[in-house]
Amino acid sequence: MAPAFAVFKREIASYFATPLAYVFLVIFLVLATSLTFYMGSFFERGQADLQAFFNFLPWLYLFLVPALSMRLWADERKSGTIELLLTLPLAVGHAVVGKFLASWAFCAVGLLLAFPLVIAVSVLGTPDYGVIIASALGALLLSGAFLAIGSAMSALTRNQVIAFVLTATVCFLITASGTSLVTGAFANWAPTAVVEFVSGFSALTHFANLQRGIIDARDVLYFGSLIIGFLLITALIVDLKKAE
Amino acid sequence: MVPMIEAQALTKSFGGTDAVRDVSFSVHKGEVLGFLGPNGAGKSTTMKMITGFLAPTRGTARVCGYDILTQTRAAQRRLGYLPEGAPAYGDMTPFGLLSFVADVRGLGGANRKKRIEAALDAAQVRAVVHQPIDTLSKGFKRRVGLAQALLHDPDVLILDEPTDGLDPNQKHDVRTLIREMAAEKAILISTHILEEVEALCSRTLVIARGSIVADSTPADLLRRDPLHGAVVLAVVPAARAALLPKLHLIPGALTVAEEGAEVIVRPVPGREADLLANVTQAMRAENWPVTEVYQQRGRLDVVFRTLTTTARAPVPTTNAPPRAA
Ligand SMILES: Nc1ncnc2c1ncn2[C@@H]1O[C@H](COP(=O)(O)OP(=O)(O)OP(=O)(O)O)[C@@H](O)[C@H]1O
Ligand SMILES: [Mg+2]
Repeated sequence: MAPAFAVFKREIASYFATPLAYVFLVIFLVLATSLTFYMGSFFERGQADLQAFFNFLPWLYLFLVPALSMRLWADERKSGTIELLLTLPLAVGHAVVGKFLASWAFCAVGLLLAFPLVIAVSVLGTPDYGVIIASALGALLLSGAFLAIGSAMSALTRNQVIAFVLTATVCFLITASGTSLVTGAFANWAPTAVVEFVSGFSALTHFANLQRGIIDARDVLYFGSLIIGFLLITALIVDLKKAE
Repeated sequence: MVPMIEAQALTKSFGGTDAVRDVSFSVHKGEVLGFLGPNGAGKSTTMKMITGFLAPTRGTARVCGYDILTQTRAAQRRLGYLPEGAPAYGDMTPFGLLSFVADVRGLGGANRKKRIEAALDAAQVRAVVHQPIDTLSKGFKRRVGLAQALLHDPDVLILDEPTDGLDPNQKHDVRTLIREMAAEKAILISTHILEEVEALCSRTLVIARGSIVADSTPADLLRRDPLHGAVVLAVVPAARAALLPKLHLIPGALTVAEEGAEVIVRPVPGREADLLANVTQAMRAENWPVTEVYQQRGRLDVVFRTLTTTARAPVPTTNAPPRAA
């Protein structure tokens, strides 16, 4: 695992070597809080919780996460450093995991920086901390799943813009399949089992479950298998397409 | 002795055309093998297969006895590789890059610091050690790539055009460095600089259109130049006609030709030294009106051109045109 950790360290350092990290964190925080306060009717709802914040998060992640993941592999291929990386004595899997964990840790930092919101609600009332913790876990898992998808899409191409669009599209599909818009369209004609099946695929459904404050193994498993599945796909793509 | 690099019938096809076909060779400790060939001949592709980056379509390679296909990491631990164009993470500093490579290679403790210092010194990148690689000049970038390849003091070095983009002084330094390391390592370098092969390599491999067309020492290659060992005489114009028949009779002379103000006597292969001695002897004995006499060495560019442009196999459409040497 030492090589994976070396890759992890290198990636983290490279986030902060450019303005990327700061731009990303600032935009994330500004958007997350302003959406919460202005569109989420944070005060008007008169409740000491972070429901508004977590409701907007998936839609925010939908375009911020692809921006973070697009360079993971596309950039290595474009600059040719992939040849340097993959002729070092490390397994492709180590490189894939190291890169993924670095981007995930970075997302976690973003989430952690939103912590003042927790203080705000604690001052305003007595929030249910269990709900906040479960929601935060959900947010973390959701960003992990999006990043794993982004990593696979980034391995497909040397063009970061293409990686961004592909990732955003796939993430949108697995998110939107849980919205009432989609389930509603099915509900009119399809049996309930089909509707549940479709929404069971949705990241939004599982995220909403966690937002209720109950950490159910099925929801964690859902995100876990998305992450592991897409990381395996990434390793496969990198191995097959590295020299093209 | 087990060869340190062994290519066994390496073949790589891209979309049906063979970029590299049945390339076999071996490099032993103490050897510097120069890889020559026109653009698109398949030098880089061969190196990518030996270093485990590209999977061969057929064949395999061994590094220090480890098969690159089945014992990839054991083989990669023992080799240092400078890929074509010396790619490096632009946002890192040379020191950061070397630290990263040291981490991946598992260099730890006192040895790690020692090796990083040694690599920085060997490749002479000390001056820019904390400057982002993106902002370095082309030559410095190449040397950072070289430092990275030397970091773990590997038994096998594979360097794809290590002196490309270096100034004459730096070229000289890198060649000296390679020569110094040669005794302890097996080194494979590719280059387009023919004098580098003569100055550096103990053996030369010429590859054209994916296949090996010559595998011999640089000196042997030079002998393939028809003019290698030819004795050239500058003769006073009036006396020239009378001299030609005499030169024909000199032992060791194959042909005699007039070229401008000079007369060129080509040797019977293998009798180059003989010929020069005989010509000078006759010249002195008979007091020929010769103003200048010298023996010509074979020219590698002539041999290179002959080897890589004759016996033309069907050229794959993706091939870059052979570069004029
Ligand atoms: N990924 C690839 N896909 C298709 N063709 C490729 C690929 N990589 C290399 N080739 C082809 O293989 C052939 C050999 O290329 P290679 O880079 O090995 O040549 P080279 O001898 O290193 O040339 P140069 O002196 O220009 O560096 C070329 O015709 C090239 O177009
Ligand atoms: Mg090349």
